[in-house]
Amino acid sequence: MNFDFSEDQKFVQRTAAEYLADHAPLSVCREVLESDQPYAQELWKGAAALGWLGTTIPEQYGGAGLGYLELAVIAEEVGRVLAPIPFGGSVYLATEALILAGSPEQKQRYLPRLAAGEIIGAFALAEGAGQTAADRVATRFDHGTLSGSKVPVLDGGVADFAVVVARGEQGISLALVDLDAEGVSVEPVTCFDPSRPQARLEFAEAPAQQLGEAVDGLALVERVIDGAAVLTAFEQLGGAARAFDITRQYLLERYAFGRPVASFQAIKHRLADLWCEIELARSNCYYGAWALSCGEAELGVAAAVARIAASDVFCKATQEMIQMHGGVGYTWEFDCHLFYRRAKLLAASLGSTSGWKRKLMDRLTQAAA
Amino acid sequence: MDFSDTPEEAAFRVQARTWLETNATPRTTEGSEYESLGERIGEAELAAAKGWQKKKADAGWACLHWPRAFGGRDATPIQTVIWSQEEARFKTPPNIYLIGHGMAGPTLMIHGSAEQQQRWLPRMLSGEEVWCQLFSEPSAGSDLAGLRTSAVRDGDYWVVNGQKIWTTGAQFCDWGILVARHDPGLAKHSGLTYFVVDMRSPGIEIRPITQIDGGQGFNEVFFTDVRIPDSNRIGEVGEGWRVAITTLMNERATVGTLSGDAFGSADLIDLAARLEVDGAPALANAAVREKIASFHVIAKGVELTGRRIVSDLSQGKMPGPEASLMKLLGARLIQDMAAYAMDLQGEAGAMVGVDDAAHQGRWQYRYLAISGFRIAGGTDEVLRNIIAERVLGLPADVRADKGMAFRDIPRGG
Ligand SMILES: Cc1cc2nc3c(=O)[nH]c(=O)nc-3n(C[C@H](O)[C@H](O)[C@H](O)COP(=O)(O)OP(=O)(O)OC[C@H]3O[C@@H](n4cnc5c(N)ncnc54)[C@H](O)[C@@H]3O)c2cc1C
Repeated sequence: MNFDFSEDQKFVQRTAAEYLADHAPLSVCREVLESDQPYAQELWKGAAALGWLGTTIPEQYGGAGLGYLELAVIAEEVGRVLAPIPFGGSVYLATEALILAGSPEQKQRYLPRLAAGEIIGAFALAEGAGQTAADRVATRFDHGTLSGSKVPVLDGGVADFAVVVARGEQGISLALVDLDAEGVSVEPVTCFDPSRPQARLEFAEAPAQQLGEAVDGLALVERVIDGAAVLTAFEQLGGAARAFDITRQYLLERYAFGRPVASFQAIKHRLADLWCEIELARSNCYYGAWALSCGEAELGVAAAVARIAASDVFCKATQEMIQMHGGVGYTWEFDCHLFYRRAKLLAASLGSTSGWKRKLMDRLTQAAA
Repeated sequence: MDFSDTPEEAAFRVQARTWLETNATPRTTEGSEYESLGERIGEAELAAAKGWQKKKADAGWACLHWPRAFGGRDATPIQTVIWSQEEARFKTPPNIYLIGHGMAGPTLMIHGSAEQQQRWLPRMLSGEEVWCQLFSEPSAGSDLAGLRTSAVRDGDYWVVNGQKIWTTGAQFCDWGILVARHDPGLAKHSGLTYFVVDMRSPGIEIRPITQIDGGQGFNEVFFTDVRIPDSNRIGEVGEGWRVAITTLMNERATVGTLSGDAFGSADLIDLAARLEVDGAPALANAAVREKIASFHVIAKGVELTGRRIVSDLSQGKMPGPEASLMKLLGARLIQDMAAYAMDLQGEAGAMVGVDDAAHQGRWQYRYLAISGFRIAGGTDEVLRNIIAERVLGLPADVRADKGMAFRDIPRGG
């Protein structure tokens, strides 16, 4: 038993942290938030140059051929700086779906360009308000064409292709569709976190291919989402830790009643509680990363546990962040709202916490039965 | 990162399990166990506890991580965890050795002389001698350094007068670790000295205190001219606080290794499968399922955090203030789970009779006992202060007694 990352993995993490400290100050996130640009293109190029986009892509397809533990530590750093790049949709979801299920030709066609950052992928599951279950989608995939409507799709506006959860004669499957194809329309939507834009994808008999062989599509969808949930949990963990650090520093410097605000016990105790919850989420994330990295049967439970803990703690950390900053915390000019928004975006994409809790119990009681 | 056993660890686990299988009976979810801090220890329980410890010691399964010189086997922290995971699957007598093995022993190993270690540690390990902790006083709990029990030098002896309280197990213990004030003219932390006291010394009077669950786990201990030989002093005169901190750090780390089943949601799932809500099994109810899932996330987090702390220990790090989070979150979790379990039982949640109550009153007992656990060994609030100040580096609380001689510090009624 060993519950820590290896020296090599820690090195990957340090390198990522150093690069992002230099190239992704929070002003980079703000720039995307306040402008029409959909993502930080320079940062995206940097991520490609450093090999992050192809971390888990096999070397034969131009990737680094590393494991999920390496990708997890990078994700934590990406989360810490609120990097406004299409990392989640493209790397944790579209790329992973291709690695897991793509045919050799599909892999050859997409993976090298994904690794190089030449194309961006997205993953389309949700179909409007309410909690979208993978086995309930209405989008159809029949005879090589896709019809239906997907909203919101994270990074849908900048993606070159999408992996779409759809229903066909064989049941649920994943369809691969190029977004510049005939019959595809991409519309921007108004986002809660404009630093990570989402889109509406409409398909009217758009040409698409089945991803890989016809397999148990539902199990594949679950597996892709579980993996992405673990990696996203690391982003959330990084975001929560950063929100905590900024808040702690602010409170040490801010004085009231002749003493640092951080010296009031009401504040100290809340920070202590928050720190405990972040550490707890960290433990749960490590467990998820381990289960993901060695393909353990426990992945279903471990992913849900990591996901729920990380979603909850990131949201809570950002609520406390604004509260403990006082009035400035509520201003557009201060960075608190960047965290507040990102936390809610990440907690919503891949499905809500209550949905994950139901999944967790299904998996726990199945495992026991 | 690897959450599964290495081949050596797996072999060690098999070895442990094999020994346990021939020497103990497996635990089941049936039956009403008493999950408390050593309450209800009568003659029979005491004999059973000592018998079990002796059996383990004879076979080399006691205090695994202690040095061989004192009867341990120099085991790694991970091996110790594997052992406690395995032992937890079996029915064993109440553990009356937490204070000895988890706190007094490690303190003696750091601050005791070679002679003191040789004198006390082997019989502590074998379980022949049981230890208690004489720290808290009626007016000094969270503010432990405010203690007043006095120790006055008399040749090769110290004469101790005063009162301790909440002393778990004092009624059956052989030795106690004691912090007393040798000089009230010094500032409060400077005037303390640490001793080992023979609990059968003349002048010691022990009065059990009844707890909210009806048990009598802790006691008042009165000292009237009790003579302690100077050879029982641990550390220098005036070093008592520093030595006591070692004890307290180990106390909180001990809790880390207690995790596992105690915090788990499995019992709650088992309960929900037995009860009905609105005419259907509670376990099929969406609200119940969501609630149990929330508990499970925290339970798993506490358990895994315990393992992370052990990982740190195996890399040679000392038990740090981080370990406080195990007790802080673990105790609240158990209290919340027990409260919810009673809630699920409906009106019957108010019964504790072994025949009538679901799970034979286990949750009701847990609900009572856990409220003491949030106080013992540092209250929730004290633990939050420790985390805030020692882990997060936030400013210390304002102290009204700073820099004063102990005798000048204001005291309440
Ligand atoms: C079951 C049990 C077993 C025990 N066993 C032992 C034992 O074997 N040996 C031993 O020596 N002691 C033992 N104790 C005593 C235990 O360590 C003390 O009860 C504990 O430290 C709290 O002290 P107190 O009871 O004096 O409460 P107080 O210190 O008076 O606390 C009262 C309340 O004030 C709060 N408070 C106090 N100071 C602060 C502060 N600075 N900031 C915020 N809040 C504060 C506390 O958190 C608490 O809520 C045991 C206690 C229990 C319940």
